[in-house]
Amino acid sequence: MTGTETRDGSEGAASEPAIQQLDQVVIRFAGDSGDGMQLTGDQFTRTTALMGNDIATFPDFPAEIRAPAGTIPGVSAFQLRFSSFDIHTPGDAPDVLVAMNPAALKVHLPHLKKDGVLLLNSASFRSLDLKKAKYDVDPRTDETLDGYRVIEVDLAKRTKEALANSALDNRGKDRCKNMYALGILYWLFHRDVEPTEKAIAQKFAKRPEVVEANLTAMRAGHAYAETTEIFQTAYQVAPAKLASGTYRNIMGNQALCLGLVAASKQCGVPLFLGSYPITPASDILHQLSGYKHHGVVTFQAEDEIAAVCAAIGASYAGQIGLTSTSGPGVALKTEAMGLAIMAELPLVVLNVQRAGPSTGMPTKTQQADLLQAMYGRNGESPMVVIACSTPADAFEVGYEAIRIATKYMVPVMLLSDGYIANGSEPWRLPDVERLPPIEVSYASPDESGAKYAPYKRHPETLARPWAKPGTLGLVHRIGGLEKQDVTGDISYDPANHQHMVDTRAQKVANVADDLPALQPIGERSGDVLVLGWGSPRGAITAAVTRLQSDGHKVSAAFLRHLNPLPNDLEALMRGFKQVVLPELNKGQLAMVLRAKYLIDVRSLSQVNGQPFQSQVIEDFVRSVLKEVCE
Amino acid sequence: MTRVDQVKLTKKDFKSDQDVRWCPGCGDYSILNSVQAAFADLGKKLHETVIISGIGCSSRFPYYMETYGFHTIHGRAPSVATGVKLSNPDLDVWVITGDGDAMSIGGNHFIHTMRRNVGLKVLLFNNRIYGLTKGQYSPTSPTGKVTKSTPMGSVDHPFSPIALALGAGGTFVARSVDMLASHLQSMVKRADSHAGTAVVEVYQNCNIFNDGAYKHFTDKTVRSDRMIELRHGEPLLFGKETQKGIAFDQNFQPYIVEGDGLSDAFVWDEAAESPAPAMALATMDEAIFPVPIGVFRRQEKVNYEQAVNLQVEHAKGVRQESLRDLLYAGETWRVE
Repeated sequence: MTGTETRDGSEGAASEPAIQQLDQVVIRFAGDSGDGMQLTGDQFTRTTALMGNDIATFPDFPAEIRAPAGTIPGVSAFQLRFSSFDIHTPGDAPDVLVAMNPAALKVHLPHLKKDGVLLLNSASFRSLDLKKAKYDVDPRTDETLDGYRVIEVDLAKRTKEALANSALDNRGKDRCKNMYALGILYWLFHRDVEPTEKAIAQKFAKRPEVVEANLTAMRAGHAYAETTEIFQTAYQVAPAKLASGTYRNIMGNQALCLGLVAASKQCGVPLFLGSYPITPASDILHQLSGYKHHGVVTFQAEDEIAAVCAAIGASYAGQIGLTSTSGPGVALKTEAMGLAIMAELPLVVLNVQRAGPSTGMPTKTQQADLLQAMYGRNGESPMVVIACSTPADAFEVGYEAIRIATKYMVPVMLLSDGYIANGSEPWRLPDVERLPPIEVSYASPDESGAKYAPYKRHPETLARPWAKPGTLGLVHRIGGLEKQDVTGDISYDPANHQHMVDTRAQKVANVADDLPALQPIGERSGDVLVLGWGSPRGAITAAVTRLQSDGHKVSAAFLRHLNPLPNDLEALMRGFKQVVLPELNKGQLAMVLRAKYLIDVRSLSQVNGQPFQSQVIEDFVRSVLKEVCE
Repeated sequence: MTRVDQVKLTKKDFKSDQDVRWCPGCGDYSILNSVQAAFADLGKKLHETVIISGIGCSSRFPYYMETYGFHTIHGRAPSVATGVKLSNPDLDVWVITGDGDAMSIGGNHFIHTMRRNVGLKVLLFNNRIYGLTKGQYSPTSPTGKVTKSTPMGSVDHPFSPIALALGAGGTFVARSVDMLASHLQSMVKRADSHAGTAVVEVYQNCNIFNDGAYKHFTDKTVRSDRMIELRHGEPLLFGKETQKGIAFDQNFQPYIVEGDGLSDAFVWDEAAESPAPAMALATMDEAIFPVPIGVFRRQEKVNYEQAVNLQVEHAKGVRQESLRDLLYAGETWRVE
């Protein structure tokens, strides 16, 4: 928290808190999986977005639906940062930590800034709670909490008192304690309670007693903070000066779905999603299944393979076949993707990456599926790979995936990750009239009566025609066996196979001729270029902006297209003494760039399941700057 | 070549210009022939017919048919076909598969296709061997089968594709034999007339790796005693002079009746609500009982692709939303 303190000089100032103006705050809510931390964070986010602040969020939760209550594996957290200026990340360290139990305190206290505000739920510090969190001594009684501004509130007792007249049973009442805590924070940060009142009323519309209890608890928390003198100061964060337009707060998976639907509407071809539930991609299946009124068909298949194969069947029938999954699911779909490459059908594979290998850490983020996306199939089977970098960016990248898939008749792998999928930010809504056109045309019979040639290619893109079964005069056979170009007949001819392998590669390469120029942040030459792809974009932007304001010759550029790479990338890289590439993997894109361009790209690797902190990137670039400027 | 849509096609019209490349003498030839004949009789149109296959000898089938065809990957034809049928329910979609393709690698897709009742017609060529990979045992090979991968005999227990289809809720389940052309054609036609998933198991001879696998009951000299044709509404009778029959005891155990007992022969009802009689016939010991061919089960059930598209059409009817309204939904705010 940074800002200036102003004391309000009006009458009765003795009981009025000081109002401190801040330009940004980072809050982390942490509690048990069952404590409603995600809901609490979500409500704070919505309210804050509507109040005009810029905002970035980072939900961080366990894979277990309900790990044993009160234990360290069961801790669920939601971090949000809001500000009066343009921000790119949910912040490195929180200013305020809400810890609902000792386990949450244990996991998250190390991240809290010194002098930060720590709101503790004192109700859950009984000896059993401490034991579950593996505290030998009550951390409130030793030096553990020294240097923090600790506020203890017995949330369980106070919530129960506030809900004395509620129809809910004791367990139901206890579950409202997160709303009591939210009420306290709403007072502390001058937030409107109205958006939450509306949202809760809507969410539990069928259970008025739940709505009443939640809102009563929230109002009681708000009143408690206002009337007691536990806080000497309340804080205000002015609205951010964002670019003009209409905004909506959006999560990555949501934006991705909207981008896909927008592209489908734009080209007039319905979407077909074949999917099998998997964290953190399932929300795509949920959301698209709610878009039936836009003609979207969703198919929850018996497994990952059936999901992609049904999508291929849909594409073959003339629809836009999609499949959504995460890394382990991509592994299962591998053979089918090879079929789509061979059959030269449009297909969009959405990989919301998570920490691997194997089952790994399903709810934690990573970018380690890049090489799988690029090379993880048998034979020479190049595939277009693109990636989104922020929740709002997912809209454009979803749209782009369909543009490429239909224009070039190729499968496209779209990489997102858990951090983008579940994170949220304000999204400046696009002008629908100005979305770029996507034109799709299907094959029609040759008027001369010539036999239909399923592999006769577009002279520029090399795309083959898209013939819908059911069309008179176009009967033909395709499949996974090598085809004679033009005719599509099975062929084992050596020269033809060479030609077809080359052609499939060229088709993917041709996508690069169609891309906008890279737009670096900063100059096109200098000491260090920080290159990024995917979710580290925010942390890189924050780090590079700070370095630039310190006068360093550092620029940043971000890659949406990973295969093929943009044609102007090499020249941009060669304009700098050193290229640095932070990735949440062991240096996968760095390896690709080094191999392709023979440029000594420096990899900054992190594979701990967490997003980059901008400070880590800044420190790394500073050390590189020291080397190159010596 | 664009054909005039109205002309009724002949068997020849269904032949593609590709050379058929199965081993000479393979049972697949007679199946191809029967399917082409049945399709012509049914008045099918080339451009409305889609044939989708997986991997294996049988799966080369689409290349030989002058229709739309998609030769996909091992075991996955039902999934690809499901995507096609959901996307365009007007298409006439056939799946060609084998005992390895459908029962082994693709077993999961097979049972879930049955369960959903997608409007697909599945022809399952069962030769009780892996042919394309040159002679390993399959999930339908009998225990003790000596093959390249089981030199001391297979210790696996086989299963019956018919029993599996019945167990998975199949709504049309039938069996025929490659060489019984007219019976096979009638089964293809019966499958065609069924709205939901129709599976026809076709006993097919692989003359290279499993020659004569069915000879002990299909051979002309023994056929009347060793096979029984299921006829809806008629008693289960077999034998040269239909002098034998099949009855069930109170535990639903089948037994053979003759002479005075013949009147106890079970009257076959392919549309029976309970799958129990069909299951009992599908799991009879081949060494003791005659092998049934014909329709084991036929049930009317809502088609999956219709139910799915009905929801989509309903949603479109009750809610029109412009792209702008979709994007600008929820809580929005203006920044000037």
